[in-house]
Amino acid sequence: MLHIVNKSPAERNTLESCLRVAAPGGAILLIEDAVYAATRGNAAEAQLRDALSRFKVYALAPDLDARGMGDRIMEGVATVDYGGFVDLVTEHKNCQSWL
Amino acid sequence: MSEGTVKKFMFVNRKAPYGTVYALEALEVVLITAAFDQDVSLVFMDDGVFQLKKGQQTKGIENKNFSPTYRALDGYDIEKLYVEEEALAARGLTEEDLLVDVTVMSRAELGKLMDEMDVVLSF
Repeated sequence: MLHIVNKSPAERNTLESCLRVAAPGGAILLIEDAVYAATRGNAAEAQLRDALSRFKVYALAPDLDARGMGDRIMEGVATVDYGGFVDLVTEHKNCQSWL
Repeated sequence: MSEGTVKKFMFVNRKAPYGTVYALEALEVVLITAAFDQDVSLVFMDDGVFQLKKGQQTKGIENKNFSPTYRALDGYDIEKLYVEEEALAARGLTEEDLLVDVTVMSRAELGKLMDEMDVVLSF
């Protein structure tokens, strides 16, 4: 299953909810303000690093670039463009947006 | 407002740019306030510190990159920019990562400054 998160971990608890519920082996795609969670030195870094052992984690590159964070991505998190976003949606049997 | 009345305005920016419209709306109101020759301070705290991050490239998300506007603020005599020290640290950022000159302050100091204002507007 693909889990999509779009809010900053400092602003909302949707990433936390996602990580609490998501079944291991799934994928997590961080978009919009959620990309801050995948940047080095942010307060949620340890939480996300821990999640890397259970999930594939992706961040949307255009959202990182817009925020000036393209060079801050944590090791182990893959970046995708909009085409890659569509591929992730089609590759998984279902998805959940943690609004 | 009667002529000659200058109030101390503080704009409190707590949201990251682009994910919501708050950051851009705050800038619009700041510029309007400056046109009325008021004493304007801008505070960036919590995720608001991300508004000042260098290197924003918004072509990919097809949004207007409004970050250069922060550098133009001194042209409107808006020179009091304050950034929360703890918010930078919690985001792996330092003053070097910011695209304008700011005064970095602790939460406690910001609280005192806020207390001295006539008008506080929150975004």
